[in-house]
Amino acid sequence: MGERLGVTPAQTVGPYLRIGLRWPDGPYVVPEGTPGAFWVRGRITDGAGGPVTDALVESWQADPDGRFDHPDDPRGARPPALAGFRGFGRSETDGQGCYRLLTVRPGPLPDPDGGVEAPHLTLSVFGRGLLHRLVTRLYFPDEPAANAVDPVLRGVDADRRDTLLAAPAPDGLRFDIRLQGDRETVFFAV
Amino acid sequence: MTHDTVHQAGGGLPLPRYRRDDVDAHPPLLSPGYRSTVARAPRRPPAHLPQRLTEITGPLLGAGRLGDLDHDLTRQHDGEPQGQRIVVHGRVRDGDGRPVAHTLVEIWQANAAGRYRHASDTWPAPLDPHFDGVGRALTDEHGRYRFVTVRPGAYPWHNHDNAWRPAHIHFSLFGRAFTQRLVTQMYFPDDPLFARDPIAQSVRDPAARQRMVARYDHAATMPEWALAYEFDIVLRGREGTPFEDGADGDG
Repeated sequence: MGERLGVTPAQTVGPYLRIGLRWPDGPYVVPEGTPGAFWVRGRITDGAGGPVTDALVESWQADPDGRFDHPDDPRGARPPALAGFRGFGRSETDGQGCYRLLTVRPGPLPDPDGGVEAPHLTLSVFGRGLLHRLVTRLYFPDEPAANAVDPVLRGVDADRRDTLLAAPAPDGLRFDIRLQGDRETVFFAV
Repeated sequence: MTHDTVHQAGGGLPLPRYRRDDVDAHPPLLSPGYRSTVARAPRRPPAHLPQRLTEITGPLLGAGRLGDLDHDLTRQHDGEPQGQRIVVHGRVRDGDGRPVAHTLVEIWQANAAGRYRHASDTWPAPLDPHFDGVGRALTDEHGRYRFVTVRPGAYPWHNHDNAWRPAHIHFSLFGRAFTQRLVTQMYFPDDPLFARDPIAQSVRDPAARQRMVARYDHAATMPEWALAYEFDIVLRGREGTPFEDGADGDG
């Protein structure tokens, strides 16, 4: 112990990520038929506005009570409040650059500084041409009060916060991800 | 849960913290030698995200995601794949040398001729009916993983004139927290294409770059069967935490 090791560098998933990272049940953070479940769908576009058809989106989130079934949650690991809740989703983009995730709304989270984090999904984006994953967050459009005091959103330039807000859609939410250009999505260093 | 109870839980939450992503070890997102980065790398600097509950937890995916032969890419079909059989094994540790136990490792690769089983890979090298090029394994309690596969071939790509990717195996790791998620590529020692490859060379620090190169490991070979390579992987380590000296975490 005590030895400090250099981390292994990241590399792109390349164009053939689908053969290695596609899971048939990947998009299902919760099983179909789960009460309250909805689809998050979105399109990933590049600097020219073109669809990114060889990308992968992964999501991670708390359960509806704002808990994680994980030993490092200082409130204690707890089995999910919903049967079949995995917390994790994974979707490769299709020929139109679109991904999809079936999930439920996470609860708010206590913040280490004493505040409250608004419900959110944390997303990783992988793809050809991305040498390291990109990290972003999805916030809910119908939580204006919680979003207004969210410590992460408040740390983002006011004129770019809307890139982190999903939009209502017929079967859930729409969350487009723009890698570059006008209204480039806010990406985070974690 | 009401907002009141969230507030109550919020005061002084003792969260473990992971060291910030090492920007010197990882390649710059905009690395124009790798042409696809030009239209895809974000141009704005990333916003700072202090790690919170969502970042210091992550999916702990277990044995339920594995089939019996997922770790042996040479036995996933009735017949044997073409090519040089190799063992690829190693340890997954964090930056402090602690083993990352029971974590999912996913790999994918081209076959011995340098062809992927993917609809978009159309260069004229043969597909192998006995090779999918996909593997999964869990690390053991010491962070060790092991695959049996065949050595992938190099293949041409359209990045620049007469561009060839060095032989490589894609690796995907979860670690135990969102912060530790890593996708990388393993390269082979003494590959003349390594120094010419803009993807490998996008890692600017030579020492970091070398950490992507496996070591030939004669001790791990299977006599009269397979050669062996050792590839150790290091995920981000933690900052000191309130748990570090004391009891295990109830506090």
